[in-house]
Amino acid sequence: MATETRTARGASVPGGSSFSLSDPTVRAVVYQILVVGAVVLVGWFLISNTLDNLARRSIATGYSFLEREAAFGIGEHLIDYSPKDTYGRAFLVGVLNTLKVSIIGIILATIIGTLVGVARLSSNWLIARLASAYVEIVRNIPPLLQLFFWYALVSDGLPPVRSALNPLPGVFLSQRGLIVPAPSADPVWKMMGIAALVAVVLTIAIRFWAKARQAKTGQIFPVGWTALGLILGLPLVAYIAGGAPVALDMPVLKGFNFAGGMVISPEFFAILTGLTVYTSAFIAEVVRSGIIAVNWGQTEAARALGLPSGPTLRLVILPQALRVIVPPLTSQYLNLTKNSSLALAIGYPDLVSIANTTLNQTGQAIEGVTMIMGTYLSISLSISLFMNWYNKRIALVER
Amino acid sequence: MTDNVQHVGLPDERPPANTVGPIAWLRNNLFNSWYNAILTVLVLALLGSAIPPFLDWLLVKAHGFDSTSPACRQDTSGACWGFIGEKLRFILFGQFPWNEQWRPLATIAIFIALLLASCDRRFWKPWFGLVWAAGLVTVGCLMWGGVLGLTPVENTLWGGLPLTIILSVIGLAVAFPAAILLALGRRSNMPAVKVLCVTYIELIRGVPLISLLFMASVMLPLFLPNGVSIDKLLRAQIAFIMFAAAYMAEAIRGGLQAIPKGQYEAADGLGLSYWQKMIKIILPQALAIAIPPLVNTFISFFKDTSLVIIIGLYDLLGTAKAALSDPLWRGFYREAYLFIGVIYWIFCFSMSKYSQKLERDLNRSHRR
Repeated sequence: MATETRTARGASVPGGSSFSLSDPTVRAVVYQILVVGAVVLVGWFLISNTLDNLARRSIATGYSFLEREAAFGIGEHLIDYSPKDTYGRAFLVGVLNTLKVSIIGIILATIIGTLVGVARLSSNWLIARLASAYVEIVRNIPPLLQLFFWYALVSDGLPPVRSALNPLPGVFLSQRGLIVPAPSADPVWKMMGIAALVAVVLTIAIRFWAKARQAKTGQIFPVGWTALGLILGLPLVAYIAGGAPVALDMPVLKGFNFAGGMVISPEFFAILTGLTVYTSAFIAEVVRSGIIAVNWGQTEAARALGLPSGPTLRLVILPQALRVIVPPLTSQYLNLTKNSSLALAIGYPDLVSIANTTLNQTGQAIEGVTMIMGTYLSISLSISLFMNWYNKRIALVER
Repeated sequence: MTDNVQHVGLPDERPPANTVGPIAWLRNNLFNSWYNAILTVLVLALLGSAIPPFLDWLLVKAHGFDSTSPACRQDTSGACWGFIGEKLRFILFGQFPWNEQWRPLATIAIFIALLLASCDRRFWKPWFGLVWAAGLVTVGCLMWGGVLGLTPVENTLWGGLPLTIILSVIGLAVAFPAAILLALGRRSNMPAVKVLCVTYIELIRGVPLISLLFMASVMLPLFLPNGVSIDKLLRAQIAFIMFAAAYMAEAIRGGLQAIPKGQYEAADGLGLSYWQKMIKIILPQALAIAIPPLVNTFISFFKDTSLVIIIGLYDLLGTAKAALSDPLWRGFYREAYLFIGVIYWIFCFSMSKYSQKLERDLNRSHRR
């Protein structure tokens, strides 16, 4: 398009100079060259300074340190890890910890946020007021302050390990967190996982079949109930078929700490609670505005057509409300994931905290910060790609 | 004939007792269906069991502002406001020299006065920018000292509430022009400029603020020529400016997109140059639309300044945490966090109420 304009102009002025600053196209090219030139110059200046400084302080460059032994311990890891492992594996542990807290946080925040958002619109005055109070208090206090509070609540407010609270047999509450009995290792758990996966695949297949059948014959198949039955039923069948093991791995106090059982550490509790509570207040507002955005006439029209209130919500209100809700919800999910980096301040070993330890030990600041930024950028991009795909699927299709 | 026609209206009947008055209100708002009735009772029971013990702790059994730590430790059933009483000046002003602490106090007062005045739309005039500039210069003189007989104070000693406000207000003020340029660049027709602006905005918005603060604190010294160094506060401020510019650019872009195409075409039709068109026609309208989202950006920005604790600066949250590390007062985290939580809350809540009011007012003038 730009080149077309230029040739057209050039042709209309025979013999005239083809390079003139009064030609907007030429001017645009000159401006861009100037801007890019300035950026390149500044970049070159910074890079040359950096290279100079690195050489002067004899700091190594490159990512070869990822192969070296990390020599620091990590409290929580989803994959096997010991201080003898490499920095690369330590970083992977951090990434997994970040993903763990983000995914659980997103699920919990969505549930609580939706409940609170609906509660704010309740016809019950008390419930609506309580929900607004929750939203207004939570979202106007810095998330870091909330994290510190939750962390102090566990690490300062609860008794030391020796005198741990024992509300239920096998359940211990202390400064080391919440320790609950875990089911002992058994092949049945794996079988149940596979059964659940099969149930999900079956549900998707049934949904396609039901849609096709409804399009052909108009008959509706109760997909929701079938799915519920399958997803709960198949793992249950697997459990019973596997001999229904009931053995539990009970935690016992040994010396200064508990052995056995499943531990929810104070750090994980604090970061999860903090992120969930903070983000749920924002999600509540998103959900509320989405519901308000659907005109009351839509509900009335659905009633007039004789739809019961369940299908009214499912087939009329929700599809329209979701269209308003999904884009801001995406940015809340992104915010939660990015805020999980606050874990550093309370010592939960997320990717920022592990990269921080790494860059302090190796002195390779640039590589450390690049790894943090690169990982977050890829997480952010994947969440936005997924949500964009979902948003496109539910978007209004116009002519 | 007309005798049995009444010419004077009868006094109005009182409405039935179950449609007006407190009882009707209760029926309509708390007990309008069986599940609402159950919910109401449950919530009342919950509040009844939670609020009295909290008030007990907060006020009834609390120790006064002059109580001492041993006395508080003996009876832990109530809050220990003696902690706040002793640490108040440290939490609010950080390590600023004790005898000079009227200066950060004056700084806070100046900022609050300026912010309050800025809320009034009568002051939205160019000359008010000069008032802000004068205010900032005064604040600089007060905090640094060294002029008018004030003792100089190193900025490593700054802390508490003034630091929080300075980081957010200065960050916003510097980032604002940059954000306008970025937003215009993002909507520019020049591909190179557009790509650069989009890359910058999305890059910054895709990473957490902590990583920018890290970059500023560990990478910035490497970027500078040998022998040049900048202090920690300025490095944090640079990170905040970079961060704020990207987020504000998106708010301003929203405003730019809301301007109808006819405005651009009319400006082009008048033969205005690009900058004349933007400065005289587009930006005044776009910025007015963008003010509520900009205020929201400022609120989240104000909360985010608490992150500087991670690179070792003592803002309001940092000083509270430092006060808690005093062995004498260890463990009184509820009092400390409640106190600064209330300060943060007052700032953020009033700003968000203001932004909502502004949104309503601006919408009204649009609809007319």
